[in-house]
Amino acid sequence: MPRRLEIKGLTRKFGGVAAVRSLDLVVDDGELVSLIGPNGAGKTTTFNMVSGLDRADEGEILFAGKPIQRLPPQAIAALGIARTFQHGRVFANLSVEDNVLIGAHTRLRAVKLPLPLIGPLAELALALVRPARVKREEAALRAEAREILALFGDRLTPRLDHPAYSLSYANRRRVEIARALALRPSLLLLDEPTAGMNPTETEEMQTLIGSLRARGMTILLIEHKLDLVMHLSDRVCVLDDGLKIAEGTPDAVRRDPAVIEAYLGHSSVGRAAAEPVGP
Amino acid sequence: MSSFIDYTVNGLVIGNIYALLAVGLALIFGVANLINFAHGSVYTIGAYVGWAAITFLHTPLPVTMAIVFVACALLGMAIERVALRPLQGNARIAPLLATIGLSFVLDQLVQLVCSPDPRAVPSDLPNWRVAIGGVSIGPMDFLIAAVGIVSATLLYLFLRFTKLGFAVRATAQDREAALQMGVNVNAVNSAVFAIASALGGLGGLLVGMYYNHIDPAMSFQATLKGIVAQVIGGVGNVPGAILGGALLGLTESYGIALFGTTYRNLFAFVLLIVFLLWAPNGLFGARSGISAEPLVGTFVAPSRPVRLPRWAVAGLTIAAFALPLASSSPYLLQTLTNAWLAAVLALSLTLVAGTAGQISLGQAALLAIGGYASALLALDLGLPAIVSLPAAGLITAALGTLLVFPAFRLRGHYIAIATLAIGEIVSLVILNWEGLTGGAMGLAGIPPLSFLGHDLDSNRAIYWTCLSVVMIVALLQTRLLSSHLGRTLRAVREDEIAAQSYGVSLDRYKALAFAFGGFAAGVAGAITAHLYSYLNNQTFDAQLSLLALTMVILGGMGNVLGAIVGAVVLVGLPELFRVAAEYRILIYGVVLLLLVRFRPQGLLGTV
Amino acid sequence: MTTPLLVLDHINTFYGAVQAHFDLSLEVGEGRIVSLLGGNASGKSTTMKVILGLVAPRSGTVTFNGERIDGWPAHQVIRAGIGSVPEARRIFPLMTVRENLLMGAYPRSDRKAVAADLDRMLTLFPRVAERINQRAGVLSGGEQQMLAMARALMGRPRLICMDEPTMGLSPLYVDRVLELIAGINREGITVFMVEQNANLALQIAHEGYVLQTGRIVLHGSAAELREDPRIREAYLGGAVAA
Repeated sequence: MPRRLEIKGLTRKFGGVAAVRSLDLVVDDGELVSLIGPNGAGKTTTFNMVSGLDRADEGEILFAGKPIQRLPPQAIAALGIARTFQHGRVFANLSVEDNVLIGAHTRLRAVKLPLPLIGPLAELALALVRPARVKREEAALRAEAREILALFGDRLTPRLDHPAYSLSYANRRRVEIARALALRPSLLLLDEPTAGMNPTETEEMQTLIGSLRARGMTILLIEHKLDLVMHLSDRVCVLDDGLKIAEGTPDAVRRDPAVIEAYLGHSSVGRAAAEPVGP
Repeated sequence: MSSFIDYTVNGLVIGNIYALLAVGLALIFGVANLINFAHGSVYTIGAYVGWAAITFLHTPLPVTMAIVFVACALLGMAIERVALRPLQGNARIAPLLATIGLSFVLDQLVQLVCSPDPRAVPSDLPNWRVAIGGVSIGPMDFLIAAVGIVSATLLYLFLRFTKLGFAVRATAQDREAALQMGVNVNAVNSAVFAIASALGGLGGLLVGMYYNHIDPAMSFQATLKGIVAQVIGGVGNVPGAILGGALLGLTESYGIALFGTTYRNLFAFVLLIVFLLWAPNGLFGARSGISAEPLVGTFVAPSRPVRLPRWAVAGLTIAAFALPLASSSPYLLQTLTNAWLAAVLALSLTLVAGTAGQISLGQAALLAIGGYASALLALDLGLPAIVSLPAAGLITAALGTLLVFPAFRLRGHYIAIATLAIGEIVSLVILNWEGLTGGAMGLAGIPPLSFLGHDLDSNRAIYWTCLSVVMIVALLQTRLLSSHLGRTLRAVREDEIAAQSYGVSLDRYKALAFAFGGFAAGVAGAITAHLYSYLNNQTFDAQLSLLALTMVILGGMGNVLGAIVGAVVLVGLPELFRVAAEYRILIYGVVLLLLVRFRPQGLLGTV
Repeated sequence: MTTPLLVLDHINTFYGAVQAHFDLSLEVGEGRIVSLLGGNASGKSTTMKVILGLVAPRSGTVTFNGERIDGWPAHQVIRAGIGSVPEARRIFPLMTVRENLLMGAYPRSDRKAVAADLDRMLTLFPRVAERINQRAGVLSGGEQQMLAMARALMGRPRLICMDEPTMGLSPLYVDRVLELIAGINREGITVFMVEQNANLALQIAHEGYVLQTGRIVLHGSAAELREDPRIREAYLGGAVAA
């Protein structure tokens, strides 16, 4: 039985400097695996390679047993991998609803004929003529988009037709996640979903991700807020300077000396400068 | 053999001029990330300033050169103040459009002040020539070579050893980091525009003296050649620009030797496309470690489009259809007919540039393809218009899409340059493919529009036909925008990376936008051909492409109604108010400048 | 207590419709190391940009050395005596290491003193000295960080602003960079540093502010903050230590 995602010996260098160094990582169906480590450790670079936006210098990425490291991003999306972006890449001038509908793009069937050349022309014709089948599909996707947006309570539903640029930072992150869910991914890559969120919003997000996991969704998560990571993860993988320095259950990672070293190990330096602070 | 050396010398001399232009463009691109479309206008003005100094003040050559240098440096600083500085923080394409507007204005001013007629530039250079290996080289050749070498040396020393030179390089490599080093980036930009424009102006003067001929229309070609040379050397790369200029000069010169003068520009633009597609970083590779395509971003200022109520749109449509019943003024009807045809072009461009975000500067070439296709089908095969018009639309959709297809991987400024070049190539192929197109003689005797055997020769019938085409295209386009294609195209425009990551094939949807736009523009071109009954390679020129872009921006990018309004305002109003032709382009330029600065979302808002 | 060298008072900053700072106020006393802590997208880098004049706040004031500097263009802010070590280092990749250092001294016109400072930097940063005539783009991440710090020092700033100086560095370089920051401070230069990793920053800082979604939620001495349980919510290191 092939693993949902299997990364073997993945390496990526930028101008001689290795951002990711022979990384091995496995994610099984139904698991939530977290990727943690300081900024610049290589987490987002790994996401970029899995989603096809960046090419690995060495190594292999298998998705359900199929090598995907040479596929373009749109083909990877079509296989069922959806991602969010660290800094948020919503379509600024599209409405919230349209943003989510783009997420369902790979699921369009009625307007797509699997034929070269004829396919695109037929798509144009079907979009203009809009037979019942096309209308039904569009309506179904629209209804589903609204359901997904309802997962975020009252955060997004009242703003369905607002352009994304008018949203708060936290709401943009939510739109991104909604867009990813609309793809009905068999692997969901979340890149710091709680960045820029306050504790209440973070907790809401934690509940949401927890419920996705409970529904059996396979998730690879990048996150800095360790409380959330420790709460949700089946396994945690720790990167530092492009290298995997630890992997295991949250409890094991928490006690791993290499991890403590990476985060706290520099305590011997510089103390001399830190005088006690006056009133 | 000696003629080979002749062509080599000629190529190097012209290459030197191209290098002077390209170096300036490269410097400006370096610090400001901007392709300065007004650069050729500076070059022309340099030539005219020199001509005026020699003719009226009888200045000796060194003084003439000094005057040109200073005048153009000041002009360059003015361009920076008008087209660049106020637009910082706007979409990256905004300053580029501003320089296009400015070039309209400057060229037209030259024409108004100095008349469109060519002028001779007298030269007080001595009349000797040296013969080297059977080739005679005159003082002009030496002068151009000397100016080229001296400017390159001074520029090198400036960049390498002066404090301002350091600041220029630092700004070019990382503008924000330069700011954090205490560099006044505005002052650097201003200095760079001054230097670049002074060199460009000198180039203009030298060319004027070399050919003993200047005219206001030389700007556009100069800008294009400078851009080509720059792309060959690597955009923003100063030494590359010099080499690119030489290479372009030689290629053109040998090309002329082999095929004749009408092929000169064809070589330049084919070279441009080859480099853009296969070596987008030019001969010198990446200019820095930053991504090879830094210029993402289209000209969409966020706005809520103005929504006219349905009854208002319906009322306007009925009024437009009823107009010929109320007025039979042939002048009015013909003017509006022209506006309707322009509106179809604007509709096709607003889909491509506004909705899909692919700024095309060669849209008029689609009219040309459609026009020639329908004319040839009618002339050679005797097909009636009812067949040849849609056929021309299909041919244009297919051919237009195929031509731009390789450029789909380019973004931002690069797609703009590529489409401009493709447009020029289409026009040059028409010029040179005499067997099919009649070449410079054009096609005459194209039959008038007919419907079921009846010629449409009344102004009213033509008016209604064109208006109907506008309405059909507008309705189809509106329907397209409300379908899944509308949001998909707009997603491609907003963020290609995110769109791709959600399974959107960029090539497929860009192609669909170009195909739809190509069909509409092809039909419009075909109708025009039958109305004019005559076509040549200049009927649909690059200026029309730029005018179409102005219409689209005026109406609001991506806005269907806006495109029609833009066309009516820019084509119809000047005509109705009987603005003299020579002021029209000036008005277009001013409108474009004002829009970019004060209302980038256009009259009706971007969609 | 002396008057603070840098004061941000009730800053509100917007990016389009999105508010990045809510009434943000902080002070940096002369001669101290003050760290601004917070997660990604909390508004840390924007704070840096506001100080440097790269982003204009909608309301509020920035005072440096008793003078209002909000609204000043960046080059003027730098000339007033603020040095910057930008996020991701931002060295000039195609210029040599020496040229990069000279760019740091761009506002200065005292050539001799600049030359002397250049020599001083080379002794202070031996790794940088070895590479003096190479293009800066070929340096490793750690070396680039050293260069960026040396470059900022070349302007003889009174206050040096650092945006995540340890980001993406190997543990060895992290130690080295922290030591250097402490050393710079011992020479009398005030340091304001933005950091995500509070554990690292609080090793050398005298005091810290914690920023969360554009608001200062905590302020205290380094010792206090190290012990504060609330800080875990805002930054990375805490939960591991727990």
